[in-house]
Amino acid sequence: MGLAARPEHKVVSYAPESQEGWVTSRLDFLVNWARAGSLWPMPFGTACCAIEFMATAASRFDLSRFGMERMSFSPRQADVLICAGRVPFKLAPVIRRIWQQMPQPKWCISMGACASSGGMFDNYAVVQGIDTIIPVDVYVPGCPPRPEGLLYGIMMLQKKVMNERMSDQSIRNEMEPDPNSKLYIPPPVIDELSEPFGNSVHQTRSGL
Amino acid sequence: MNPSADRIRAKFPAAFVRADVVWGETTVFVKPEHVFDVIQYLHDDPNEQYAYLSDVTAVEYRDLEQPLEVVWHLRSITFPAFIRIKAQMQKDKPLRVKSVWPIYKGADWLERECYDMFGIEFEGHPDLRRILMWEQYKEGFPLRKDFPLRGRFSRAEQLRQALAANPEARYSMEELQIADAFEDLPSDMRRRLLGGEETGE
Amino acid sequence: MATKRTVDVALSTTGLDPQGRPQRVPLVTDESGNVTTMVAPPALEPELEGEHMLINLGPQHPATHGVLRLVLELDGETVVRCIPHVGYLHCGFEKIGEYRQYNQIIPWTDREDYLNSPGNNVAFALGAERLFGIEVTERCKVLRVIALEMSRIISHLVWLGTTCIDIGAFTPFLWSFQERENIYNLLEGWCGARLTTSLTRVGGMIADVPDGWVDGLKGFLQTFPKTIAEVDRMVTRNGIWVGRTIGIGALSATEAINYGLSGPMVRASGVAYDVRKDFPYLDYETYDFDVPIGTTGDVYDRFLVRMEELRQSVRILEQAVARLPDGPLNIDDPRIILPSKTKATTEMESMIHHFKVVMEGPRPPIGESYVVVESPKGEKGYYMVSDGTSKPVRWRIRPPSFVNLSAIPKMVEGHLLSDVIAINASIDIVMGEIDR
Repeated sequence: MGLAARPEHKVVSYAPESQEGWVTSRLDFLVNWARAGSLWPMPFGTACCAIEFMATAASRFDLSRFGMERMSFSPRQADVLICAGRVPFKLAPVIRRIWQQMPQPKWCISMGACASSGGMFDNYAVVQGIDTIIPVDVYVPGCPPRPEGLLYGIMMLQKKVMNERMSDQSIRNEMEPDPNSKLYIPPPVIDELSEPFGNSVHQTRSGL
Repeated sequence: MNPSADRIRAKFPAAFVRADVVWGETTVFVKPEHVFDVIQYLHDDPNEQYAYLSDVTAVEYRDLEQPLEVVWHLRSITFPAFIRIKAQMQKDKPLRVKSVWPIYKGADWLERECYDMFGIEFEGHPDLRRILMWEQYKEGFPLRKDFPLRGRFSRAEQLRQALAANPEARYSMEELQIADAFEDLPSDMRRRLLGGEETGE
Repeated sequence: MATKRTVDVALSTTGLDPQGRPQRVPLVTDESGNVTTMVAPPALEPELEGEHMLINLGPQHPATHGVLRLVLELDGETVVRCIPHVGYLHCGFEKIGEYRQYNQIIPWTDREDYLNSPGNNVAFALGAERLFGIEVTERCKVLRVIALEMSRIISHLVWLGTTCIDIGAFTPFLWSFQERENIYNLLEGWCGARLTTSLTRVGGMIADVPDGWVDGLKGFLQTFPKTIAEVDRMVTRNGIWVGRTIGIGALSATEAINYGLSGPMVRASGVAYDVRKDFPYLDYETYDFDVPIGTTGDVYDRFLVRMEELRQSVRILEQAVARLPDGPLNIDDPRIILPSKTKATTEMESMIHHFKVVMEGPRPPIGESYVVVESPKGEKGYYMVSDGTSKPVRWRIRPPSFVNLSAIPKMVEGHLLSDVIAINASIDIVMGEIDR
C-alpha cells in the first residue's frame, strides 16, 4: 500500500527562485553583491574606445567608485573583458584565446560600435561584432561612447550580476557553439543563405 | 619644376620617361629597371642630398588598362626639397622592382606593406613577407582594384580562416630557429613544422 | 649619507660612448657639495652562459600602447634581438577611402590616429584643398592652427601619462588626463565630440567656434603651464626617472634620417627637421616659436623634447588666439562646400548646390597631392590621387609611427627587458595609425 513511483513523470519546470530558501537567497545576494562591486576589468583596448576607457578610469569619471580601478591585464585574474575598440580578423584568435583563459565567473562588455557590430568598418579586415567570437553580456553603443555611456553599461552589467542565482547552473557554462543545437548554422549553410544579400562577392553596389 | 628633374633627365636619359608638375609638386616618371640607380643618385649626389625617404607606395587606377604606378616620395632636409619618383608597371607582367632598402633602412616596412597590399615584389628586400595581414592570408592583395571592399570570401568563411590561423604556432620559423626552442615544442607541432607547414601569425 | 631624490644631468667630459655619441651621465650632489656621477649597477658575471630565451610581448599587453607584438630573444635579461609584428589593428582605411567622398573620409581620419583627431582632420583638409586648388579664409587658417596645436597638446599629454605609468610613476597619468578633460570640454563645445572631432570640411570647418569659447581657451592657457611645471618638478630630475631613461635607446642623427624617423624622435637625435619650419603650411612661418632639438637621441632627450613642445604649443596658441580675425569661415564656392542653411532653404540654386554637395560630393580635377603636416608623432602625410570623380582613386596615409616603429629592433639591441618598455613608450606610437 503506498503510492508506487510513476516513472513517466518528470520535473519539467524549474524556477530557480522557487527552489530557494532564506539562506540561499541571502547567500546569493552576498555573492552577487561582492562580485558586482568589484568587477576587475580586463581592458582589451585596441583603438579610440581605449582612450575613452582610460578617460573613464581617470579622475573625472572615476572607475574606482565601481571597484574597477584594478585593471588586470592578465586574463587569469580578471572578471570582465571590456573589448574597447575595433577587432580586425588578425586579432580575432587573440581575443578568443584571452576569453578562454579567463576563469569563470566572467562577463564581457563590448564597448563601442566597432566591437558591437563592426561599426563603420564594413570591409575585408574587421570582425563584424565580437559576439561572433565570444559571448557578450552588455553592448555599449557610441563611437566612442562617452564615459557616462560606458558607466551606464557597467551599471547594467552590475544589475545583471545581481540578478544571477547560484542554483542556476547553466550560466557558468563555457559557451561554445553546440553543433547539435538547432540554433547553430554551419558556415556553408550560412554562405548559401546569405548569398542573395551577400557581403562581398555578389554585392554590386560598390558605390558604398 | 624641381631642378632635380632636369638633372635626372641629363644624367639618366635612358631611364627618364617624363616629368610633370601638379599643384607645385614635381613627379618624375622613371622606367622600373632604373629606379634604383636614380634613387641612389638622388641620395648620394651632393647637389641632391635626398637623405630622407618619406614614403613608398603604389597606385592602381580604376581604369584597369592603365598601368600600376609605384611611387617613392623623397625629401631633402638640407636644401629643403621634395620630389616624387614614379615607375609604371604593366599588369600583365610580374610586378617586380628593385628594393631601395640598401639605401634607406626606412624602406623596410614601407615596402613590406606595399607587397602586402598590392603584391609588388621588391627584389633585394631582406624579409619580404606580409605585415598588415597574417602570413597565410588567402584572399589576395587587398588594395588591388579587383579585390572587393568586403573581401572575396563570405563573412563566415573569413572568420573561420582568421580563427584557424594557427594560434599555437605563433612564431615564424626564423624566430623558432634562432631561439633554439625547437626541442621544446610539442611533438605534433614539430612534425607539422618539419613537414613544411608554414607558421606565422 | 642621505641621497637626494633629484639629480642633475650633464654631458660627460670623457666624451663618447662606444657608438661615438656624446655620453651623458647623471650627477649627484651630496650634502657637502661634492658632485659625483651616479654609480651604475655592477655588470652581470660574464661566465654565466645559457640558452637564449624567446619571449612574446603582446599583442595584448598593458605597456605596448595598443596591439603591438614584440618577439624578443633574450640572453638573461638582455635583449639580443627584437622582431616586431604589427597589423593587429589593420582595418582597411585606405581601401575604404576609395569608396567615400572627400568629406565622408574626414570621420575616418579621426579614427586613424585617434589621439590627434583634430590634427588629422586639418591635414586631410589641406590635402584635399590642394587637390581642388583652393585656399581657405584667414579665419579658417587660424582656427586650424588652433586645432592643430590643441591636438598636439592632447597627444603629448597621453604620451606623458602613459610613459610615466610604464616607467612606474602613476600620478602624472591622472594629472595629464585631467588636463585632457579641459581640452575635451573645449572640443565638445566646438564640434560636439570629445575624441573623434571631424572638425574640418573641404573648404572650411564644420562650424565656427561658439561665443565665449575663446575665453575658455585663454583660461586653459593660463592654468595649463602650471601642470607642465608640476610634472617637470616631479619627474625631470628625479633619480629614478633619470636612471631609467639616460642612455637608453639612443640613435644617431644619420641613423635617424636613414630610418625615416620624424618628429620628436628625429629631433631628439639632433636633426633640426620640423615640417612647420622647413615646409610651412597654414602661415606657420608667421608664428614665433622654437623647436627643441636634442643631442643624444635617448629616451630622456625625447622626453625633454616633448615637454618643451608642450610649452611651445601653448606659445603658438596664445599668438593664434590673439590674432584670430573676424570674417567668413568657409570659402564662398558652393560647388565645394555647403551653403548656409538660410540660403539653402530659401534660394533654389543653393538648394541644388546643397543637394549636389551632399549626394555626389565635390569633384576635384584629375591630379594628385601629397601634403605633410607636423603631427605630434612626426611627419604625417596624406597622398591623394584623383581621377575627376568625387571619390579618390587612392588615399594613402603616410604614418609617422609606422616608420618610427621600424627602428625599434635597432634601438632595443643590448638593452634590458625593462628598457624595451621605456623605449617603446618613448617612440609614442599609435597602433591605429600604424596598422590603418
